[in-house]
Amino acid sequence: MLRFFSVLFSCLLCWQALAETAPSTPNTDPSLAKLVKQLPKTKLQKMAPLVEKISQTNHPKTRDLLQYLMDGELYYIKSGRAVVRAQAGDNGQYLLTDVLGEKTYEPLAKSKISKVKTNNRLRGTIRSLIAQIELTSPDKVVRLEAVKQLLDNPNDEGFASIETLVSTEQDKDVLNLMRITLQLRQLEIGDHSQKMAAIESLKDSLEPEVKNTFVSQLNALPEKPQDADTKALKARLQKAIQNVQDKRDVYAVVENIFFGLSLGSVLLLAAIGLAITFGVMGVINMAHGEMIMLGAYTTYVVQLVFPHLIEYSLLIAVPAAFLVSGTVGIIIERCVIRFLKGRPLETLLATFGISLILQQLVRTVFSPLNRQVAAPEWMSGSWQINPIFSLTFNRLYIILFSLMVFFALLMILKKSSLGLHVRAVSQNRDMARALSIKSDWVDAITFGLGSGIAGVAGVVLSQLTNVGPNLGQAYIIDSFLVVVFGGVGNLWGTLVAAMSLGSINKFLEPITGSVLANIIVLVGLVLFIQKRPKGLFPQKGRAAD
Amino acid sequence: MTSSTAKPMSKFSNLHIVIGLLLLSTVYVTICNLMFAEGSAMHVSDYTVSLFGKYLCYALLALAVDLVWGYCGILSLGHGAFFTLGGYAMGMYLMRQIGDRGVYGNPDLPDFMVFLNWTEMPWYWGGSDSILWMVVMVFVGPGLLAYVFGSLAFRSRVSGVYLSIMTQAVTYALMLAFFRNEMGFGGNNGLTDFKEILGFSLQEPHTKLGLFVATAVALCIGYVVCHFIVNSKMGRVVTAIRDAESRVRFVGYKPESYKVWIYVVSAMLAGVAGALYVPQVGIINPGEFSPLNSIEMVIWVAVGGRNSLYGALIGAIVVSYAKTRFTAIMPEAWLFALGGLFVLVTLLLPKGIAGLLPSIIEKVKALTATLIGNKPPTATEKQASEVKS
Amino acid sequence: MIVDKSGSPLSATENISPDTRHGVILYVEDVSVSFDGFKALNDLNLYINDGELRCLIGANGAGKTTLMDVITGKIRPDKGKVSFGQQVDLLQLDESEIALAGIGRKFQKPTVFEHLSVYENIELSLTGDKGIWASLFGKLTGEQQDRIAEILYTIDLIKECHYPAGRLSHGQKQWLEIGMLLAANPRVLLVDEPVAGMTGQETERTAELLTSLAGKHSVVVVEHDMAFVRSIAKKVTVLHQGSVLAEGTMSEIQSNPEVIQVYLGEEQG
Repeated sequence: MLRFFSVLFSCLLCWQALAETAPSTPNTDPSLAKLVKQLPKTKLQKMAPLVEKISQTNHPKTRDLLQYLMDGELYYIKSGRAVVRAQAGDNGQYLLTDVLGEKTYEPLAKSKISKVKTNNRLRGTIRSLIAQIELTSPDKVVRLEAVKQLLDNPNDEGFASIETLVSTEQDKDVLNLMRITLQLRQLEIGDHSQKMAAIESLKDSLEPEVKNTFVSQLNALPEKPQDADTKALKARLQKAIQNVQDKRDVYAVVENIFFGLSLGSVLLLAAIGLAITFGVMGVINMAHGEMIMLGAYTTYVVQLVFPHLIEYSLLIAVPAAFLVSGTVGIIIERCVIRFLKGRPLETLLATFGISLILQQLVRTVFSPLNRQVAAPEWMSGSWQINPIFSLTFNRLYIILFSLMVFFALLMILKKSSLGLHVRAVSQNRDMARALSIKSDWVDAITFGLGSGIAGVAGVVLSQLTNVGPNLGQAYIIDSFLVVVFGGVGNLWGTLVAAMSLGSINKFLEPITGSVLANIIVLVGLVLFIQKRPKGLFPQKGRAAD
Repeated sequence: MTSSTAKPMSKFSNLHIVIGLLLLSTVYVTICNLMFAEGSAMHVSDYTVSLFGKYLCYALLALAVDLVWGYCGILSLGHGAFFTLGGYAMGMYLMRQIGDRGVYGNPDLPDFMVFLNWTEMPWYWGGSDSILWMVVMVFVGPGLLAYVFGSLAFRSRVSGVYLSIMTQAVTYALMLAFFRNEMGFGGNNGLTDFKEILGFSLQEPHTKLGLFVATAVALCIGYVVCHFIVNSKMGRVVTAIRDAESRVRFVGYKPESYKVWIYVVSAMLAGVAGALYVPQVGIINPGEFSPLNSIEMVIWVAVGGRNSLYGALIGAIVVSYAKTRFTAIMPEAWLFALGGLFVLVTLLLPKGIAGLLPSIIEKVKALTATLIGNKPPTATEKQASEVKS
Repeated sequence: MIVDKSGSPLSATENISPDTRHGVILYVEDVSVSFDGFKALNDLNLYINDGELRCLIGANGAGKTTLMDVITGKIRPDKGKVSFGQQVDLLQLDESEIALAGIGRKFQKPTVFEHLSVYENIELSLTGDKGIWASLFGKLTGEQQDRIAEILYTIDLIKECHYPAGRLSHGQKQWLEIGMLLAANPRVLLVDEPVAGMTGQETERTAELLTSLAGKHSVVVVEHDMAFVRSIAKKVTVLHQGSVLAEGTMSEIQSNPEVIQVYLGEEQG
């Protein structure tokens, strides 16, 4: 039964391969087919020229064929001498694939097939031929990969082909890497002046291989060099290693800053809604974390409802989460918070009660287990800046997105009439009311805005952590501390506070471990707030007290 | 016109009623547990005794929360930390009483240290096998934390919700810290598998009864202390601080010192509650630090009625009893109920159950008065009696 | 920490007697306070003599309340000197130490302890040890009780003495706050708008009370009610935009052209 399936599978594979290659290239290159037919008959000594001829056929299967040959997977069927790729299957049978992708074969026993013979020298030739094929591939990525391959597993044939190709290479990245490869070669086998020259030109390269070679070269030198050349070489090597190390340190710091900023962005998103409800309105909302959680669950539901739109799910989820959390926020404000105006401690308790209810609600509806939210394709991957430094796209997007949200909010508060009303009500409610501003309406909308943004933060968090009923709780204390640290009522303060807290956390983490870093930041914040109760950027004035 | 005559007499009887009721019910439970055989209608089971013991610990804890919140306006969302620290002090002592009866049979080291391959006890465990050390630590641990945090926070005039959030943050940080094995307090699992206290086996029903009685006595003492404080001039200063802190300064008092002092007293009460709690439930772990626990204590006081000492007792017992029943019948509904309680009490019943009592009593009085035929009290008399209560 | 002229520190709880050999009890010199660029006080100089009754007038925002805040330690000035007598630097003390040193204040908006009874409000304000142990174990002496009764009589709140202060009318709260000031028996009384919300008769009694206090105490009154100011004032200081515009008797002030322009002029116009 199993065999049947595996046959079917291999057939399918062939069919697919055929289907893929058919339109673009002629599927039977007569010369390749003819050369392949010669394989079983050719003696070992005569193989090298044959293989070379094969490598010159510009057939899509050429490279694979050589690879099989090198790996010892190329066989011919004793009856009929058809050349196939054979892989050991179960119960001693070999699965056979036609190397040219034309015919299909039944699996055969070992005795029915025979290996196309190779030896070490031939394999070396094949390796360099493959490298050559790859290095001359029209696809830049393939070429780049081939050079990298060579860097990791150096061999003479590869270097030889690079030496010839380096003059014709057009692409900058590939060319650069080829040069580094050649320089490294010089460093390893060249004479003194070549070595010195190689070090000189390599000293700014950040390829891990370069540093490894430097170190291994240095180690190969005697402990106490006698002649002047070796001394100079040693000094030069040491300097170069130091140089590379310095650069790496710089990039490590840059990377930490980047991680810190991305953590800071998450904090910013979580706290910015609170900066409005608590900072501007003066309402303490302990259910803020649950607004974030609702946003994350909205993302989950969006992906559940539109499973074929995962790529666009975040674009749908952002407004959806804003609406869901915003609506819940408005309901909370209308039903509970407005009755507790001017009684912050009672508001704290009541909203804490609401947060318990929301958590339990989610637990009842979605189960207490964590839910997985898929990440769209465009969120994954990274932006490779140099060999040791890359920025992951999801963090990059999150930083950009949080800044966008921040500035949008700033504009709303500074420029729009809603913002004007909000500030008026927060500064003098009675006066604002006397100016016929509907303070109730402004309260509800502001609270909805703050909650809605928390929901948007939830969408972002769903991309970073598991979505569960306790998601929000983890952020509520942090968010409050960020808002207070930055100075209540000051959005810029919130931005600075979030980013600096994120960075401090990330810089502490390698030294202390993440839990201790968390504790240190918490305690540090508590101490800071006791020193400066009004935060980094306090609001001054008569009304401040 | 002396201050003692100015004080309404009813407050004294309040104290007597509460203490009397507490002692009576303790004696009643003790007798019913010891004298009546199992199966008798009067019998109080051992399980119930230890359940009551737990409730009384909560009541003492609620008293501590009420003292700072109800009277001084400090909404501490970190009393769970003091409770837990007291509990850990007791837990360390009980841990050392296990001796070589642990799983690993190491006579010197508690099990979890053996498990972590520690060869010697951390310095702060020194002395933990002495009962005296334990008693001192139950007071010093929470008291010191409260003193350090309080002096920092109150001197820089952090108050209101800021203070609440900060107490919560500190408690949260402590929880994270105690979860770490390196802290030397048993990490995740905390301290457990206790065998005996003062030579009495903790599995024995009589020990449990003894702990229950001890808790009741501690609660009575705590109540008397709190009553004394809130009825002294100190209590009035503290109330004044709650209502208008800056005004108190201009009268010449230092609110910071008062707040620190009352915070420390409250923390110590919470510590005692924690220490009595641990042998009755047999375990202490960092989960007790969780913010939810601290906030549950606050709701006890809110339900019972802050600014009223007996209200705190009623609240703690009623809510804990409700929790026991709820979690037995439909566990998932408890958080709904608790959350709803928060919202409803703050919206509809800001003075809690204790706030209802005087008006009920007044109505009953008015009703009986009209029934007997006397004229109902005049408005000013009514006001005056409300003032007294 | 207070340091006297010779440099030896005095503890705040000790009874500080200000050095008034020059007849001045309160020195405010070159004091500036700014809020976000707005200068609430601008190089202000003010000297209050021992035992005098001084009225401070000025338009809204002239800096009257800010000045009180500076003297009582609620606001720290950006620069300048404030001293009680010659030797007690008030800028080194916090609010409660300043109150203990002998500067009492009545606020613009009456602030009393709403949940305490009238009696207890007065009790808390009495002079005496304000430390924790004293409050915990102290009992009122007969003398103190008599003093409370006397004050309650003066402010006419005997009947209401067991009411929570929160239930008093606005005018009664004003009286209670004055009573609290009396109980503290300070050397200097800073009184911010004492007659706001009082009836004509009450205003008259307040005027009487304040005048009677002068001599034993120094009294600084901030008031908008010009009739009231006229009725009590011997010496008036006019503040304008954070500094002293004019100082003198009421008639001098009324004839001062600058004052007429910026303050009285506004009122009449």
